[in-house]
Amino acid sequence: MNSLYYQKRLSRNIGDKFFTSLSVICALIAILPLIFLVTYILIKGGSQITPELFTLEPNPPGDDLDAGGINPALIGTLIITTIASIIAIPVGVGGGIYLAEYSKGGAFSRFIRFGVNVLAGVPSIIAGVFIYALIVSTKILFGSMYSGLAGGMALSILMLPTVIKTTDEGLKLVPNELRYASLGVGASMYTTILKVTLPSAFRSIATGVVLGIARAAGETAPLIFTALFSYYYITGFGDLFYEMGSLAVLIYNFALEPYDAQNKLAWAASFILVLSILSVNIFSRILAAFTEKTKRV
Amino acid sequence: MIKTNKKIPKNIILSLENVSISYGTFEAVRNVFCNFKKGNITSLIGPSGCGKSTVLRSLNRMNDLIPNCSLKGTVLFDGTNIYDKRVDPVEVRRRIGMVFQQPNPFPKSIYENIAFGARINGFTGDMDVLVESSLRKAALWDECKDKLNDSGYSLSGGQQQRLCIARTIAIEPEIILMDEPCSALDPISTLKIEETMHELKKNYTIIIVTHNMQQALRVSDMTAFFNAIEYEDGDGGKVGYLAEFNSTKKIFNSPKEKTTQEYISGKFG
Amino acid sequence: MEEKLTLFKNRKRFGIEKNIDIIFKNTALVLSSFVAIILLGIILVVFFQSFESFSRYGLKFLVTSEWNPVKDEYGAFTAIYGTLVTSFLSLLITIPLGVGTAIFITEDFVPKVFREIIGSFVELLAAIPSVVLGLWAIFVMEPFFRAFFVFLHNFFGWIPLFSTEPTGRNSLLAILILVVMLLPIVTSIARDSLNQVPKKLRNAAYGIGASRWKTIFSVILPAALSGIMAGVLLALGRAMGETMAVTMIIGNSNAFSWSLLSPGYTISSMLANQFGEADGSQVSSLFYAAFVLMILSLVVNIFAQWLVKKFSLKY
Repeated sequence: MNSLYYQKRLSRNIGDKFFTSLSVICALIAILPLIFLVTYILIKGGSQITPELFTLEPNPPGDDLDAGGINPALIGTLIITTIASIIAIPVGVGGGIYLAEYSKGGAFSRFIRFGVNVLAGVPSIIAGVFIYALIVSTKILFGSMYSGLAGGMALSILMLPTVIKTTDEGLKLVPNELRYASLGVGASMYTTILKVTLPSAFRSIATGVVLGIARAAGETAPLIFTALFSYYYITGFGDLFYEMGSLAVLIYNFALEPYDAQNKLAWAASFILVLSILSVNIFSRILAAFTEKTKRV
Repeated sequence: MIKTNKKIPKNIILSLENVSISYGTFEAVRNVFCNFKKGNITSLIGPSGCGKSTVLRSLNRMNDLIPNCSLKGTVLFDGTNIYDKRVDPVEVRRRIGMVFQQPNPFPKSIYENIAFGARINGFTGDMDVLVESSLRKAALWDECKDKLNDSGYSLSGGQQQRLCIARTIAIEPEIILMDEPCSALDPISTLKIEETMHELKKNYTIIIVTHNMQQALRVSDMTAFFNAIEYEDGDGGKVGYLAEFNSTKKIFNSPKEKTTQEYISGKFG
Repeated sequence: MEEKLTLFKNRKRFGIEKNIDIIFKNTALVLSSFVAIILLGIILVVFFQSFESFSRYGLKFLVTSEWNPVKDEYGAFTAIYGTLVTSFLSLLITIPLGVGTAIFITEDFVPKVFREIIGSFVELLAAIPSVVLGLWAIFVMEPFFRAFFVFLHNFFGWIPLFSTEPTGRNSLLAILILVVMLLPIVTSIARDSLNQVPKKLRNAAYGIGASRWKTIFSVILPAALSGIMAGVLLALGRAMGETMAVTMIIGNSNAFSWSLLSPGYTISSMLANQFGEADGSQVSSLFYAAFVLMILSLVVNIFAQWLVKKFSLKY
């Protein structure tokens, strides 16, 4: 008779133990880099943070010890991301509304949804190449070549699929009963969407969009030959049409400099970038968890 | 000519003429002829899958919202075929209101729930008065007059459903369609809604789908019994049809059809 | 047509409201087609820009590795090879790690709170910009692995993959940083697929006396396989297109070498390095390389989508 007691030496029990430990190791390896990375950036980058960092222009690389600040890059990132949002949010939300509210699962909407997924998979540098060919090399924007505006456009291509997807999915989560309620009292379709469905889905759409913006803020590849880089303060509206710095490109450029002062600036910029992106992510996660709990039954 | 004929008696407010409704290739109901009298409460009863809800939703073109749903035949309302190409479905829904199976208040305040529909219908009068009178008609005023600014979701299920009825009344439709309005509610709420319906009968025509035969017996003047039969081609699919339509009394006491008799005595369904 | 419609007698929806309704719908329609326009625009623009180079070199471009702006000779073999090797090898490391982590998260080895924390930690990793990972790779990873690479070369130098003396940045570092980037993608998609396997399948296997890992290997993983595959393909597409971290750590050399311990090149790092300063037929050749990259990632992505669609209906 086989004993019912647990037998350590049984091959299946040894196997189970082995694979369990293996998966534990996998999980450890997966999270260790993150912990290393985040702590390293926080310590290394955080120690470079000074008030001047936010107010000064970066000094051109050289062997002087003082690298200056990252003000133009910081402002540039804000401007470029804003431009990208101004383009991508209306287009994306509008497109998402069409997919979720109007389309009836026909060929057109399937094609668009497919296109959204494909566009989301297009390498980010290709978006830069595209805008370079379309805008930078043609000087179509009032004769300017590399510009913050072109950079924002390149980023908007990357944001667009995210915005459409979150709008589409957010709206699809709104129960049909609510639409019927509004249409049932004789509301027009656009009133129903603007006054009932969109407000109901607002939080989930906003979360997705904000995450998309956060992701775009860290994108570098589309900017390196559209917005290029600039060492100088952004002083006015006209600067939109000239080369514009950004935190991401600053990190790229200064990481590859052989000078310690510039490297430190890259770390400081990473600190700011990572801290803001992670806090947006964590905040939206908490918000989402909170919404889930308080959601009506 | 959008406006048809003819010899529809004046007291008939809504008339189905040879209506068949399909979802894609699946036919849900076939060849329904039916006249709804003004000022009556008419019940639609029948086993699951007989298409009674489908018919109800077709009466104010809510079926438009279901992909692939198509209707053949005519639905005459106020002398107009509401399925004519030139008819604006939004317009139809403003005059034929609907209360749904699940209470579906807007995620807004109680007050706004009622004001929303009225406003989009171009109401210009005193909104406070309208809100109060609608809530009174739906027998909800006393329970919520002190918390009009609370969310519609703060109410109980039965209250929510009466709020939805009040919302529908507020746009002063000529007909109110109710799709199993009490199926999600407890008996006491059900009773209150039935009382509300008796009150509403004075001013409105009501058409109600119900699974509860006692309810049909209690509230309605007329009853339409829908049944489903297998397709002639025998592939197992069923299609709904109107089996019998008569005064509620006759349907329940002396039905002409054998299936009606069997259904109301609980032999199937 | 002076026909009085009784239905429109009162509370008529004014023409203006009706028009707004139509305009609103059509605006949404136009906005949604922007996606298609942009996508086609990208493909067409990149294709036409690469046309000059394409007609000059044809498919020879794909198999020669001369890249010489002075002599005006271009071939992208090194970059294409580098793209494929770095992405496939990084995936090879990522798959077991990611799936293993996903299993750890979906099984009940530790309380749910910990698993959720680990899960969201891994997903947070995906939010870190790749340029920051590149910075980290340059200053932390490269020194950290230097001794290990010397060891690899000394003991396994007879294998072509490790045949060169490690000198700073190289392809293997690019592969490792790609692993860090792909891990969150594979893990979270694998976790979702594992979570979608119906509980009844697990119960069925437990019910006939299968051990935990027997159940995982013979019931749960096969059921989740298509989802995991799709995740792997998405990660592959991402790896091929990944630019910044790779550019910063791969060493950017067009000299072809079998060894992972020597500097390499990928299409995207070539674009990042040369696009800003290129002119003449070099630009067209870079567009040609970009076109190759785009086709590669399109194929992988479309295949992933097809896989998702094909198998998502099973349960």
